Amino acid sequence: MRIIHTNDIVNAVARMCVKANTELPDDVRNKLSQAMEEETSPSAREVLRQLLENADLAAETKLPLCQDTGLAVFFVEVGDEARVEGGNLRDAINEGARKGYQEGYLRKSACDPFTRANTGDGTPAIIHFDFVPGDKLRIVFMAKGGGSENMSRVTMLAPAQGWEGIKKYVIERVAEAGPNPCPPTVLGIGIGGTFDHAAKIAKKSLMRRLDDTHPDPEIAAKEKELEEAVNRLGIGPMGLGGKTTVLSVKMTVEPCHLASLPLAVNVQCHSQRHEEVVL
Amino acid sequence: MAEYKLTTPLTDADITPLKAGDVVFLTGTIYSARDAAHKKLVELLDKGEDLPFDLQGAAIYYVGPSPAPPGRPIGAAGPTTSYRMDSYAPRLHRLGLKATIGKGKRNDETRKALQDHTAVYFGATGGAGALLSNSIKASEVIAFEELGPEAIRKMTVEDFPLLVINDSHGQELYAVPDRKAAGIE
Repeated sequence: MRIIHTNDIVNAVARMCVKANTELPDDVRNKLSQAMEEETSPSAREVLRQLLENADLAAETKLPLCQDTGLAVFFVEVGDEARVEGGNLRDAINEGARKGYQEGYLRKSACDPFTRANTGDGTPAIIHFDFVPGDKLRIVFMAKGGGSENMSRVTMLAPAQGWEGIKKYVIERVAEAGPNPCPPTVLGIGIGGTFDHAAKIAKKSLMRRLDDTHPDPEIAAKEKELEEAVNRLGIGPMGLGGKTTVLSVKMTVEPCHLASLPLAVNVQCHSQRHEEVVL
Repeated sequence: MAEYKLTTPLTDADITPLKAGDVVFLTGTIYSARDAAHKKLVELLDKGEDLPFDLQGAAIYYVGPSPAPPGRPIGAAGPTTSYRMDSYAPRLHRLGLKATIGKGKRNDETRKALQDHTAVYFGATGGAGALLSNSIKASEVIAFEELGPEAIRKMTVEDFPLLVINDSHGQELYAVPDRKAAGIE
């Protein structure tokens, strides 16, 4: 058994929260630059130029890229041969988020659904655990903004609707959302599992690097097909028209019930803030 | 597309020439208010009480800024999605509100209120919170401090960069999604 102390977890999580919210990852920056080269409309180019300038400024001043520094979402992989000492793992991650959001001057955006009273410290974080071989602890973080999350949907299609039904639903969702989720967006698509699991794997898809390729060539081709179809909507950066409505489509496909075709569309704004640490 | 420099408070003469797609650099005082603050403003109106700021010629910025780090008046301060304030906006326009600043689509009632009351809906670039904060020179909480990021702030802006999304003549800038090209129609 390898021992990992909660103090190290708290500090690593706090650093990740601040870094993700102030430094736009290179994969996202590259996609935005690439989009700016491809766009011909002046308003689309101007939005992308502002977003790149914003990223430079945030890195330099340590101001958050966006005032909506999100709910803190974590995917945690605990190695079978790793043991956490000094306290509970969930508590340590929440403590790290609390520390990062406080020390990094990040906005605390968690509130009670009914009274709308702010919890005051940005927690509780949304944490998904998985258990994997090995003696490491891998923590992936994303700052999930509310504007794009509000445009996300889960639906249960009939098996007969198949891939055509999936495509239609996803494209219609992006069309309806229009300028609201801060396009160009990233789409996390979860297909399969159950109602809840589809949403979880849609979210997990957003943890991938934008420049990766799905290891299954068939799914990679479907991601590309959907990306191209969605971009033909012409919504463009901030909804002002243009070729770039999505930066990327990331899909996770898992087995489902004979009777079902669960589909989740998790919409992520262009400020795709993610970080990871392996302890 | 024309370019204008405007100063608050805004008048009918400022708003009427604006067309969807025009660029406006706004200078003066604007007030931050989003979901929770709007609910409280409307509760005050229902009780017949005064609002914490004068709506005549005013501009409301839909924003919940991040905390101000040492040495800066405000943290990141980009727009939030506007449709959530659509249930409140027409009433405020009726009482003299001249402009709102946000991102995303407005509903029919709000768009009609812009026409009826010679008002405008501006878009600021969503997700450019650090960049937009550079145009905010001062900020103080003037009401509902308990709401934290959702409190009402009086902000002094200089050449705040805006785009006219919905003008007072019924026009809108946003692209209409081409469902046919995308293969769903």
